[in-house]
Amino acid sequence: MTKEITLTIDGQQITVPDGTLVVDAAKRAGIDIPVFCYHPKMEPVGMCRMCLVDVGRPVFDRATGEAVLEEDGSPKIQFGWKLETACTVPVSEGMVVDGLSDKVQQGREDIVEFLLTSHPLDCPICDKGGECPLQNLTMEYGSSDSRFIFDEKMHAAKNVPLGDLIWLDRERCIQCARCIRFQEEIADDPVLEFFNRGRATDIITNSEPGFASYWSGNTTDICPVGALTTADFRFGARPWELNQAASLCNHCAVGCNLTYNTRRDAKSGGDIIIKRAMPRQNEQVNELWICDKGRFAYHYVNSSDRLTQPLIRKDGQLSPASWEEALTLVAEQLKNAGAGLLTLAGGRLPNEDLFNLKKLSEGLGGTAALHSYMAGGDLVAQMGISDTVNLSTVGAGDAIVVVASDLEEEAPVWWLRAKQAAKRGAKLIVVNPRPTKTERHATEIIRYVYGEEVAAIEKVDLDDAKKVVAFFGSEGLGLEGSAAVAQACAKLAAGKGALVGVWPQANTQGAWDMGLRPGADLSSAKAFYIAGADPVGDNPALAEIVQRADFVVVQELFLTETAALADVVLPAQAQQEREGTFTSGERRVQRFYPVVSSKGECKADFAIAAKIGAKAGVDLKGRFPSLIFPQICAEVAGYAGLSYAKLAEVNEQWPIVSRGDLFYGGTSYENKQGLGVQLAPLGVEHTSTAAATPATVLQAAFVAVPITRLYDQGKLVGASDVLQPRLAQPFVLVNPEDSQKLKSTDGMAVSLSVNGSPAIDVVVREDDSVPQGFALVPRSMGIPIEQPSEFTFGIAESAVA
Amino acid sequence: MNKLEEKYADEIQKILAKYPPEEKRSAVMMLLYMAQREGGYVSNHDINDIAEIVEITPTEVATLIGFYTLYHDKPAGKIRIQVCNDLPCALRGADKFLGELCDALKIQPGETTPDGLVTIEPVMCLAACDKAPMFQVQSSEGLEYHENMTVESTQTLIESWKEKN
Amino acid sequence: MAEHVLLRHRDIPDINQLDVYQKDGGFEMFKKAVTAMKPEEVTDIVKASGLRGRGGAGFPTGVKWTFMDNKNWPHYVVANADESEPGTFKDREIMESNPFQFLEGVAISSYAVGANAAYVYCRGEFWQVAHYLDEKIAEMETAGLLGDKLFGSDYSLRIYTHLGAGAYICGEETALLESLEGKRGQPRLRPPFPPSFGLYGKPTVVNNVETLTNVPKIIENGSDWYKSMGTEDTAGVKIFSLSGCVNKPGNYELPFGTTFRELIYEHGGGIANGNKIKAIMAAGASSAMIVATDEALDTPMDYASVRTLKADLGSASVIVIDDSFSIDWVLNKTIHFFKHESCGKCTPCREGNYWMSHIIERIHHGEGSSFDVELLTKVAYQIQNKCLCALGEFSLQAVVSGIERFPQDFEAKVNL
Ligand SMILES: Cc1cc2nc3c(=O)[nH]c(=O)nc-3n(C[C@H](O)[C@H](O)[C@H](O)COP(=O)(O)O)c2cc1C
Ligand code: SF4
Ligand code: FES
Repeated sequence: MTKEITLTIDGQQITVPDGTLVVDAAKRAGIDIPVFCYHPKMEPVGMCRMCLVDVGRPVFDRATGEAVLEEDGSPKIQFGWKLETACTVPVSEGMVVDGLSDKVQQGREDIVEFLLTSHPLDCPICDKGGECPLQNLTMEYGSSDSRFIFDEKMHAAKNVPLGDLIWLDRERCIQCARCIRFQEEIADDPVLEFFNRGRATDIITNSEPGFASYWSGNTTDICPVGALTTADFRFGARPWELNQAASLCNHCAVGCNLTYNTRRDAKSGGDIIIKRAMPRQNEQVNELWICDKGRFAYHYVNSSDRLTQPLIRKDGQLSPASWEEALTLVAEQLKNAGAGLLTLAGGRLPNEDLFNLKKLSEGLGGTAALHSYMAGGDLVAQMGISDTVNLSTVGAGDAIVVVASDLEEEAPVWWLRAKQAAKRGAKLIVVNPRPTKTERHATEIIRYVYGEEVAAIEKVDLDDAKKVVAFFGSEGLGLEGSAAVAQACAKLAAGKGALVGVWPQANTQGAWDMGLRPGADLSSAKAFYIAGADPVGDNPALAEIVQRADFVVVQELFLTETAALADVVLPAQAQQEREGTFTSGERRVQRFYPVVSSKGECKADFAIAAKIGAKAGVDLKGRFPSLIFPQICAEVAGYAGLSYAKLAEVNEQWPIVSRGDLFYGGTSYENKQGLGVQLAPLGVEHTSTAAATPATVLQAAFVAVPITRLYDQGKLVGASDVLQPRLAQPFVLVNPEDSQKLKSTDGMAVSLSVNGSPAIDVVVREDDSVPQGFALVPRSMGIPIEQPSEFTFGIAESAVA
Repeated sequence: MNKLEEKYADEIQKILAKYPPEEKRSAVMMLLYMAQREGGYVSNHDINDIAEIVEITPTEVATLIGFYTLYHDKPAGKIRIQVCNDLPCALRGADKFLGELCDALKIQPGETTPDGLVTIEPVMCLAACDKAPMFQVQSSEGLEYHENMTVESTQTLIESWKEKN
Repeated sequence: MAEHVLLRHRDIPDINQLDVYQKDGGFEMFKKAVTAMKPEEVTDIVKASGLRGRGGAGFPTGVKWTFMDNKNWPHYVVANADESEPGTFKDREIMESNPFQFLEGVAISSYAVGANAAYVYCRGEFWQVAHYLDEKIAEMETAGLLGDKLFGSDYSLRIYTHLGAGAYICGEETALLESLEGKRGQPRLRPPFPPSFGLYGKPTVVNNVETLTNVPKIIENGSDWYKSMGTEDTAGVKIFSLSGCVNKPGNYELPFGTTFRELIYEHGGGIANGNKIKAIMAAGASSAMIVATDEALDTPMDYASVRTLKADLGSASVIVIDDSFSIDWVLNKTIHFFKHESCGKCTPCREGNYWMSHIIERIHHGEGSSFDVELLTKVAYQIQNKCLCALGEFSLQAVVSGIERFPQDFEAKVNL
């Protein structure tokens, strides 16, 4: 237990833990001390000098050590001759802080005046106008007439792209270094720095590409002025015209809480559209941060390529049809298929939809399966994160193990949180065949050769760890290998800890919980009902199997490779067009809410399933997800007792953000719509239903293994213009020595064929961290790679030309 | 091995040896001097090479060029004459000296002679206040002080460089 | 004149040669410390001598050494050879002419605080000095005065030079440490102070070159000897860097307590060109302006006495200004210096000096009004007591004192 300290701030007595900074103590008491450079998530630097306060401390008699008293018996307080910065001074017993005196007010006015001497007065055209700390504090502390001669203002470049995503207005920058410090302390990508010194101090980046970091958007939230803006929002709207809707990011299994800002937009013909994605505070999940994929990928929602009406294949062509016609056809065909019906659902579908899809399939005598290359969700359900073992609480004496995952690429915020736990003193053990960014903070690194995962996991020694969080990913693994790895990690963490799957999708864990399993036998299916998945896009070799089936119906946002082969295509709503729940990889069940109205005739997946059911004689709830959720709670193990209302509960979080004082925590939204509920681990035996044979590496001369990149070529990210330049082009990573053997060079275009699939043009990237004998092939980039595979590659003609 | 490493392998090792192995970053200051020795400024290429050697980001190298006045990111004259005209030297005629020297070379402070040999820059106190007028010379050979100077003695010095170059 | 304690090259020719220095007893004290004294004994003598830091702040040196955190290792010693205060040029003379006494001081203090590595941080402009010191250090290594297991003991020590690259702020000890770590030389928050969190986060003693150069002689002659020189307030001798409008500018090693008059007229040969003395800046550009009255000239130069003139002695860089100069011109120089050297980390110094530079330019070029003079004072006070480090606080000293003490120079300059 840390000691408690009692002090007085502005006449109010408060008690806070020892070590608390005065500025934070004040905040807890509801007193706002203005700050620019201080941010509660970063080390104090005391550079802007805005937070000046008068600090008095009790006087002690040197001889006796007793407190000296005033005549009235109160302790004598000695105030310093200088004001002090509240952001750097820790509280001490009996301290008296005065933030209201004339001296303090004058001091703050002085600082604001100094800042305004070089700040442009372009609030009316500034993106930050309306949510700008400097603007707010100028109202409070600024004087109405300027003593500074306008012509003497520093002028600097106003529209400087730091990269594809973030723009800098040099004139507006007040040199608080929040962005620089964020990139160094939190993102561990020190790609921003100051250039020059004194009044000429400027922000620069020398990275290639500019501002190369998956975290760049967060700097625009914490920038206390309009110096940093995002490429997609700048000049897009004024903050006060925006509405807000709570949501969840659906791009990985972390489950970051978002607030989407929306507005009726002329460019979209008066429709309400999403203007930007902002982090919404959830200290258990994403704190105040989101990665750039989560911030910039939403553009697919409003893409003109979206499917908007049902399509039925007529004379070999997919042609528009009515819902009635399409549903009737689908119901009839699925019913006919009976046991031959195979429903394939993707892990980005919400729980309610997966629940309905499964019910419908089983009701018709068929089966529903998860389309995924990763196993182990049943083990995670048994021994996942809990109230006692989680990423917020592990620290000294505990351990985090990361196996077969490049955590920052696959689940960025978990990387961040694992790193923080390591900083708090947790051991961080990284088990991976090649270096990843996670290793910078590792206390132990275990390398292995692809295929020897299980043996490597067995080498991890957790004897002296109290609590353990074990992440297992899918680097270099297919379904079988992944099952073995999950099993081995479960064994490793048994009794001490929590297992977390670094799933490829937002609700993969939910799908496991709903009872869907991967690894279905596709070849025996008579009819396919495919929702939220694109098996053919992932593996073109599957086209044949899909086409062989009697009937294929696909529910999608876009006309994917799979949809293009279907007999019926049904337009599905985007997650932002409806409500529902996701279960994150940490097994936190969270709610998202409708953000924009539905596009065209799109319907939610759960609703479509219910409508098919109605026609095929399976009774399902189809009007609202809120009607399905109680069924889930009644039937799914571990979900009992949950309700939409419970998921919407909040309690006070620290740091306090948003409210009137945007200067403190930035523009991250306060969470008023629900922190979600952490499921308790089911705690039954630690064996998986999936086969746990260790992965065997093929004895080919070269083996292609799959890896995961955050910026892949997935359909959803692909629709974001701002992210487009950052998306990786199809590539294959090989060791330079292997490359030489293959007579290829770094950057050369080659044609690649995996498992005898049709050749695809890719670029060779040499990387000496790749083990020899292996070629690393990114998933979701049009290269068919499901598991370690034999491969051949030859020099493409384009390379010769 | 990058270009800088190839060129100055021994020297780099010597510089690195001054600091604990896990504190390579300290060497960045000397490496920047080394990189600008030849061309008189640090190029983007040098920045990347240095970053690789001391294992920091290029941005963290670049920031130093802007912060410290003895690093340059743009080419100038082969030889920079940096005249101290700070208060103590100015009390002893440094401003006058600077003005007259510039007149003699027909350039303004901050400019380079047409032959590209000499750039004249005013600088802050160089810790030689008792020997004003004075300047330091920054060139590929490092830095050198010249004290108790006159315009004539400076011109003689410049002539001697012309012969060498 | 008495023998020099620090500028001994003025008494002993070629003392910059190792054999000469050793013949004069050089490195005997280092050897004695390592072989016959406990580190605490060394510190105690320095503490008792009353030696105070010569870098400007005057902090008791021995006391600083006792602050080293003995639970955190390794320890470092860093010699501050940044010497960038306008008007200061003493450390350079020591290093160029009496290098071994300085290096012996570094060595003894390293032993006293348990450091096995010491860095000499030279300002970038001291390129030649640093290379010269490198040679001297190499000679010491060859002679077995640096390296492993010195004099048969378990103590080992290495000394390295490190070059800055042009930034006055790097004289501030925490900025210096940042720079030594290969970063922008910007001051750190203090506390923690270097003896608990210094170079690479390790306990570090930062001392000025002149401070350290005293150490071998103090160990040799004892603390009483050292205390017998100087004044009650400030013991020992000091190198006064005299510059500006005097006939014989230069370094003068004199006991603390010597008057301004003696320094300027006896040693400095009086005011040049037949002009009259007008103002004195005793601590370089960071000084308050002292009106050169008879009373001021007769003030003894120690920390406490100079304070009675509402000024500071700092590192004793005495700039003399005669009546041919107007104070607005002087302020234009000092403000320009601080604007140029402000590191930019904290708002008041960064913005305040930029603002002041515009105002003083106007005034100096005869384009200002009395409002501008008033505004200049106000902006200076607006900076005061709000800065992160002392540079910002230094920057306003000359401004407020100059305007207050030489009003006539400003009245003459402004149009209304
Ligand atoms: C802006 C600024 C510049 C300084 N410059 C120097 C300097 O050039 N040399 C120096 O020794 N101390 C300088 N100091 C003082 C150092 O911070 C530090 O107090 C000193 O090196 C300690 O050594 P000492 O106790 O031996 O004086 C400067 C301080 C400030 C605030
Ligand atoms: S006062 Fe502030 S801006 Fe000035 S040098 Fe110190 S920290 Fe930097
Ligand atoms: S100095 Fe405290 S908030 Fe900036």
